[in-house]
Amino acid sequence: MLKGRHLIDPMDFTIDELNSIFDLADEIIANPISYADICKGKLLATCFYEPSTRTRLSFEAAMLRLGGQVLGFSSAESSSAAKGESVKDTILTIASYADICAMRHPKEGAPKVASLNSPIPVINAGDGGHQHPTQTLTDLLTIRSLKGRLSNFTVGLCGDLKFGRTVHSLIKALSRYEGIRFVLISPEELKVPQYIREELLSNEHVEMTEIEKLEDVIGELDILYMTRVQKERFFNEADYVRLKDSYILDKEKMTMAKEDLSVLHPLPRVNEISVDIDKDPRAAYFSQARYGMYVRMALIMKLLGV
Amino acid sequence: MLKVDSIERGIVIDHIAAGKAMKIYKYLNLDEANFTVAMIKNVCSKKLGKKDIIKIENVLDIDLDVLGFIDHNITINIIENDKIVDKLNLQLPNEVSNVVKCNNPRCITSIEQGIEQKFRLVNRQEKLYRCIYCDQAYDPNKQDL
Repeated sequence: MLKGRHLIDPMDFTIDELNSIFDLADEIIANPISYADICKGKLLATCFYEPSTRTRLSFEAAMLRLGGQVLGFSSAESSSAAKGESVKDTILTIASYADICAMRHPKEGAPKVASLNSPIPVINAGDGGHQHPTQTLTDLLTIRSLKGRLSNFTVGLCGDLKFGRTVHSLIKALSRYEGIRFVLISPEELKVPQYIREELLSNEHVEMTEIEKLEDVIGELDILYMTRVQKERFFNEADYVRLKDSYILDKEKMTMAKEDLSVLHPLPRVNEISVDIDKDPRAAYFSQARYGMYVRMALIMKLLGV
Repeated sequence: MLKVDSIERGIVIDHIAAGKAMKIYKYLNLDEANFTVAMIKNVCSKKLGKKDIIKIENVLDIDLDVLGFIDHNITINIIENDKIVDKLNLQLPNEVSNVVKCNNPRCITSIEQGIEQKFRLVNRQEKLYRCIYCDQAYDPNKQDL
C-alpha cells in the first residue's frame, strides 16, 4: 500500500511496490485518456529551493495530465526560506494547501526532514548530490519498457561515476534484480566510491567489471547509461586529453555496439553524446524523459491513493 | 590514595576510556539526577592503563543503550547487597539521537537549528552508523563525541 507514503530514497519501496508503479505507468501510457481527470481537485505543491527546469516541469506535466493542479515556487529566493523559515514550518504550511509535495533542495536530507513532519506525501525531487529517486524510477521504467524486463542483462555506466548521484542510485536499485552484470566505465579519478564497489562485490546476484575505455566494451552492452565527464574533475590536463574522447559516444563507437543496445542519459546532455546519433533507434534518452513523466504520474496516483 | 566507597545497590559503569566519563555523565543526563553519583577519573587499570568509573547509587533503571555507541569496551555491573549480580553486555543501539552531530557541510542539519541529530546503525558487524538525513557515515576517528 503506497497511499500516504513518502518517496525519499530510491530504496524506500520494495520490488513489488515498484512493479505496481511501473504496471500503472504502462496502463497510463496505453490509455492516457482514462486517467485525464483522475486527480481532479487535487493539488501538487512543487517546492523547488533551487532551479531545475526539467524535473519541475516533469512533475507539473504529470499532475496536469492527471487533471490535477499545481502550485509552488522555483527558487529559494521566491520562498519564505529567504526569510529564514525552516523546512519543517514550510511543509506544515504547504500541507494546509496541497495534497502532495515534490521538493528539491540544495541541502542533503531536506526532503527527509519535510517527510518526518508532513501529513501529506513528500517526494524527494533531488537533494543536493544525495538522492534523486524519481530519476531512478524513470531509469527503471525506461529499461523495463525497452527490454521487457529488469533482469539478466549487461549494463554499462559510463563517465563520472564518482559524483553522479543518478548512477549511484541506479546501481543500488538494479542490484536488487537477478542476473545483472555491471560494466563501470570511467577514468581512475571518477570511479564509483569504495562503499558502492564493496556493496556490489558482496552481492552474489551481480557481476562487476571496471574498465577505462568505452570502446573496449561497448559491443558487450545491452544498456549504456551515459553521464557527463567534466574537465575540472580531472587531476591533470594530460589525463583529460588522453581520455576525454573515450567518454564521448559517437557514430564510430555505435558501429561496435549491439543492434538492440539502448542508450540512456539522465539529461541535460552537453557533448558526451554526439548529436549525430540522436536519430539512431538505439538512442533512448528522449524517450526516457517521457517515461519520467509517466512514472511520476503513476507515483502521484499511488501516493494519493486515487 | 583517594578512596571512594563501594555501593550497596546500584550501577557501576566501568572501563570507561580515561577522560570520557564527563561525556557519559552528560549523555546519561546525570547532571539532572537527584540520586548519588560518583565520577572517578584516571583510575589505574590493568586493561586500559588508566580508566574512568561512574558509580550510581540506588538506581537501576537507567537507559544505558547509548553507551554501546559511545564505547563498546565499557562494562556495566549491577550491584545488589554489595555484590555484582549481573554484568551487562553493551549492545549497539539501532539509533542514537543528539549524541553526535553530522559533519557533512552539505547536510540540512548543518544549516537548520532544531533538527534532531540522528544516526542509524546500518552495519552491526562494522559498527557503522549513518546520518538518517544525508547518509554520511559517522567516523569515530574524525568526530569527537
